[in-house]
Amino acid sequence: MTNNINQDVRALDAICVNESQLEHKWWHNLKYLVVGVLFGIVFVKAEIISWFRIQEMFRLESFHMYGVIGSAVMVGVISVALIKKFNVKTIYGEEIEFHTKTFNKGNIFGGFIFGLGWAITGACPGPLFAQIGSGATVIIITLLSAIAGTWSYGYFRDKLPH
Amino acid sequence: MLETIQQPWPWYVAGPLIGLTVPILLIIGNKSFGISSSLRHICAACIPNIPFFKYEWKKEIWNLFFVTGILLGGFISVELLSNPLPMIVAPTLAADLSIYGISDYSGLVPSELFNWTTLFTLKGFFLIVVGGFMVGFGTRYAGGCTSGHAIMGLSTLQLPSLIATCCFMAGGFLMANLILPYILKF
Repeated sequence: MTNNINQDVRALDAICVNESQLEHKWWHNLKYLVVGVLFGIVFVKAEIISWFRIQEMFRLESFHMYGVIGSAVMVGVISVALIKKFNVKTIYGEEIEFHTKTFNKGNIFGGFIFGLGWAITGACPGPLFAQIGSGATVIIITLLSAIAGTWSYGYFRDKLPH
Repeated sequence: MLETIQQPWPWYVAGPLIGLTVPILLIIGNKSFGISSSLRHICAACIPNIPFFKYEWKKEIWNLFFVTGILLGGFISVELLSNPLPMIVAPTLAADLSIYGISDYSGLVPSELFNWTTLFTLKGFFLIVVGGFMVGFGTRYAGGCTSGHAIMGLSTLQLPSLIATCCFMAGGFLMANLILPYILKF
């Protein structure tokens, strides 16, 4: 029963579905820390986590963010196509899995609410972490509030249209 | 070399590097790129008193390592690779922001709006607390954020992600152009 709830809940999630069949020691996770560090550096150096750049994007005053997201998606599309075509395996030799997302109204309502918040804070969840690291300590409150928002969604989930 | 790195990186360098995160995470451990889920795992780890947060978050702990890395990356780039010059923003944006007394472009977030003093004003509360809440609530309701939907979802050609991304942009356009000016007036 618990497992069913878990499955149902996890299916709605963007990730939360990829489970390795292999057991790894905790330090295998350090590789994600390293990727995260590099990713955070790109975030700061390309000013993606800048409130000003986000305003420029939504006010159509600069091509920068469109270039970043557009070229990131293009590289992503090509990479995924190559992985599928050549049946690339993980470093542990596992089959790489892709998960199909199913549409629900939350994609629209939730997406719109997130968009409003993105333009206010100038940050999506990833940049929040990088902004804190870059020394904007008050963003800790924004992050805590975002965690509270996520929790509230979980609380009201059954009453919201999906 | 270091001087080149210290300059703001152009989109055609940053975008492909971000895009490469998708295959890297898949290849090093079969992980689908996504960041907003970390907020959910934090809930599951700290306040799991409702079914939505009752799952084995430890299986997704890679995601928390990843976001911790992002935080450290932010720290490293500011400490070691920082560009000493203020950010150059579009003149039209600078002109509009000057109306609201924003003129400090030295930080990544405008220090006049986001600081521990403004937090206790109505404007600051809205920008910092309400804005953050909408990011956390909206991303989970939408099932992902810019990384999970716009980048990972579009990379795997998923229609729900395209719809979600369009709604992110619609919300952002509405806020930045029509609502935010009223908030900044306070």
